[in-house]
Amino acid sequence: MAGAKTNVPAASNRPAGAQRAAERGRQAPNIVAAPKKNKLKDSLRDAATAAMLVAVLGLFFIGVRTDIAPGGLDLKMRWTAWIVSILVVFGGRLALNMFVFQAHTPATQTLGQKIGQLGAAAPGLGKWLMRALFAFAVVLPFFFTTFFPGKDRQFIDLAILIMTYIMLGWGLNIVVGLAGLLDLGYVAFYAVGAYSFALLAQHFEFIGFWVALPLAGMLAALWGIILGFPVLRLRGDYLAIVTLAFGEIIRIVLLNWYQFTGGPDGISGIPKPTFFGLELKRGEGGFADFFGIEYAPIQRFIFLYYIIFFLALLTNFVTMRLRRLPIGRAWEALREDEIACRSLGINTRNTKLTAFAIGAMFGGFAGSFFATRQGFISPESFTFLESAIILAIVVLGGLGSQIGVVIAAVVMIGGIEMLRNLGFLSQVFGPGFDPVQYRMLIFGMAMVLIMVWKPRGLVSTREPTAVLKEKKRIDADMVAQGEGH
Amino acid sequence: MDAMAKKKTSEAAGAHRWENDPVLSVEHLTMRFGGLVAVGDLSFEVGRGDITALIGPNGAGKTTVFNCVTGFYKPTEGRIIMRHGLGRQDDTVSAVTDSGLRFRKDGDKGVFLLERMPDHEISHKARVARTFQNIRLFGGMTALENLLVAQHNPLVVASGFSFGGILGLPGYKKAEEAAIEKAVYWLEKTRLVDRADDPASDLPYGAQRRLEIARAMCTGPELLCLDEPAAGLNPRESSELNELLKYIRDEHGISVLLIEHDMGVVMEISDHIVVLDYGVKIADGTAEAVRTDPRVIAAYLGVDEEEEIDIPEVREDLSAVAKDEPPEDKTPAAGKANATGKRAAPAKAKPAAKPKARAAKPAASASEVKVAGADKHPGKQPPGTKKPAPGGANNLTRIKGVGPASEKKLNALGIWNFSQVATWKKAEVEWVGSYLAFPGRIEREEWVKQAKVLAKGGDTEFSKRVDSGEVATSRPGRGAARTGGKGGKA
Repeated sequence: MAGAKTNVPAASNRPAGAQRAAERGRQAPNIVAAPKKNKLKDSLRDAATAAMLVAVLGLFFIGVRTDIAPGGLDLKMRWTAWIVSILVVFGGRLALNMFVFQAHTPATQTLGQKIGQLGAAAPGLGKWLMRALFAFAVVLPFFFTTFFPGKDRQFIDLAILIMTYIMLGWGLNIVVGLAGLLDLGYVAFYAVGAYSFALLAQHFEFIGFWVALPLAGMLAALWGIILGFPVLRLRGDYLAIVTLAFGEIIRIVLLNWYQFTGGPDGISGIPKPTFFGLELKRGEGGFADFFGIEYAPIQRFIFLYYIIFFLALLTNFVTMRLRRLPIGRAWEALREDEIACRSLGINTRNTKLTAFAIGAMFGGFAGSFFATRQGFISPESFTFLESAIILAIVVLGGLGSQIGVVIAAVVMIGGIEMLRNLGFLSQVFGPGFDPVQYRMLIFGMAMVLIMVWKPRGLVSTREPTAVLKEKKRIDADMVAQGEGH
Repeated sequence: MDAMAKKKTSEAAGAHRWENDPVLSVEHLTMRFGGLVAVGDLSFEVGRGDITALIGPNGAGKTTVFNCVTGFYKPTEGRIIMRHGLGRQDDTVSAVTDSGLRFRKDGDKGVFLLERMPDHEISHKARVARTFQNIRLFGGMTALENLLVAQHNPLVVASGFSFGGILGLPGYKKAEEAAIEKAVYWLEKTRLVDRADDPASDLPYGAQRRLEIARAMCTGPELLCLDEPAAGLNPRESSELNELLKYIRDEHGISVLLIEHDMGVVMEISDHIVVLDYGVKIADGTAEAVRTDPRVIAAYLGVDEEEEIDIPEVREDLSAVAKDEPPEDKTPAAGKANATGKRAAPAKAKPAAKPKARAAKPAASASEVKVAGADKHPGKQPPGTKKPAPGGANNLTRIKGVGPASEKKLNALGIWNFSQVATWKKAEVEWVGSYLAFPGRIEREEWVKQAKVLAKGGDTEFSKRVDSGEVATSRPGRGAARTGGKGGKA
């Protein structure tokens, strides 16, 4: 009954057809001389194509202008603007072609290398930059009162605004950057904090800012947990959508529960913060009177600045500490791999809820500061746009990076405000040009550019929380982004 | 080899460690996904301080068993017991089972019913650590950080649930230093200490596998479950892995349960091997016992039937068939009981081939051929005739899956013709499957469907190949080679 073995390689086992062709290809050297390109000619042709496109499209968008004239529309041709735009595109495209797209070493690459060398040449540069920024933040109000006495109020107000967004960014960074849970409704906690303080102050005479602050934080944390429960099992886009809905629900409840929140009328007369019981007001019993200095309205702004500065520092301090604690490591591990976390005995439910709660708590602190600064709140202030801006700060700065959030907040909030002061542009483009109308356009373009240049945010490297021998920064490519990205 | 020595001593003592002192008992585990039975009524035990291997072909349900043990799946039925402390602790086990509690812990002793516990508690309280088939490291964190995350639970307590840690109390600092020390110990053991500050996803593949084992060890487990730890390793790396696993077992006294395809690893280091096929246990015993088990060779290694005949046990079967005396002691069920060792508990001695034993009725045989021990098999003995139908016996080897050996056994049962096979219902198929020691194989290979075609004089792809002489394990030709089962040369 002994038969031949069936598993003896037969002639049919030899490579055939496509496989043989592939193997032959592997053996043959695959060096093909690159065809010589006429750089200038190609660049010119490409630029001419681009200019032609602009000419066709721009003829209607730029070249023709409609004005309302008696009896109908009046068509006016703007040939100069049309030709200028064609020339600008032609020149720009040509320059890009010559120096970037078809150049042997693109100019952007050289530039990037130079910047890299600059960083490598001074390894402590980042650290020193951070210290300088911190020192500047400490003396900021006095810097402005001294050097810009005319505009100090405007600048300090802006600094307060930026600082508020830095704090919100740091708070959201815990949820999005560390735990990797995309939260599109962070403004809800900001609103809970603000309304907690406003309503408590309205109903109870004795509650001032300092008493309300921890209460607002706790209430916001509670709402963070309430939001956390339903989204525990959600991943990806679904998580983002539910958090987005949560943010909107809070706003709409605030808008419609007229008897309790005052609805669209909002709540006014929110008390100002006191300095150990001293009000910052003119006359008897005020802060200036107690210390025997002359009263100036700017004192109140300086005081507010230091409150939010202190709150932001607290947020940063707690976050940095938490990162080095087991809970912070568990957040980051959760962002990397939830299943592995569970296999290591980490209770992912509690870990997620703590992230939501702590993130929400700082949002609540910021909210109650917002209420006391404005003196008036309404649901108008807590739209989805706020959530989007805070999230944009976190993403632009680099998920999980504390200093990145600072830079992004300064660029975004400060940038939008600074673009209001582009009066000089109207001297270039003529008196009819209003630069303020273009600030959002410029801002959007800047954001797109940053994301193209640094897709993982301005500061994208991750710093390890524990080091054995040598601290090595971890490249963004290695780091997971968590859920919903 | 100390594993061998250990095995010898345990066998000399008359019983295996996994019977006397099991750290993990899986009892009647069933896992269904909709209509699919991934694991059917599986029972096995893992001895304390043993390396136990769970092997089987792809899709046999090994990873499903793992996921049930580590809490990633909730089993449909069954009980999974994890024991801390020596002995079977049967009283505590039944007390905990009846009480509705998830576990009972009493100093060093403890009984944990894993099917009742959520996954993170299984790791934290029952101390079962696991690795994954596709490596699941925290890629953006350094190797050291990975090992610190594994020590999350003790560190959380040390940090005063983060409050003490935020305030910077000294207790946490000490605990963290100790945790780093433990991490460095395992980094040294896995030769990763030089890469401690590198992100895990930067490590080469073999190092990632080792880091995952180190991470599992940092949770301080009593039982370490490894899902294909040698997958993708080169021979040198897998022999290093063997050393590491032996070290973990011998120096730390930790029991290891592993799924592995690399037979070199399995045979060398395992004290105990459990073989699964189609969610059913087909063998259970020491490496030697499993290695020589014909069912394992047939199901797992996929050997041709021709070669199967060379196995002594099968040859004995055949000679018994030839003498027309159905084997008494060599029925598969008895053979299996031998392979699994002499089990005291009747539930465990139950052959794994009988997942539906409860439903099985005593075979009401209408067969002319009586087989001793027919009622030992589930289902119903198919009716057989003493003589083939007029026109002679068919060549049953034209059915794909029936070799000369099986044909003889079938003839001994009075099965001669395709038309007889074609009438088999589920009960008969089950009975014959068990009798031939090929549980599930008849269904899989669709003998009945083939027989229906062949009985009508049709041809299957396989039978065409048989007739042209391409199939070495079958005889070409439509009729039987001989007129009866008697006198056939084995």
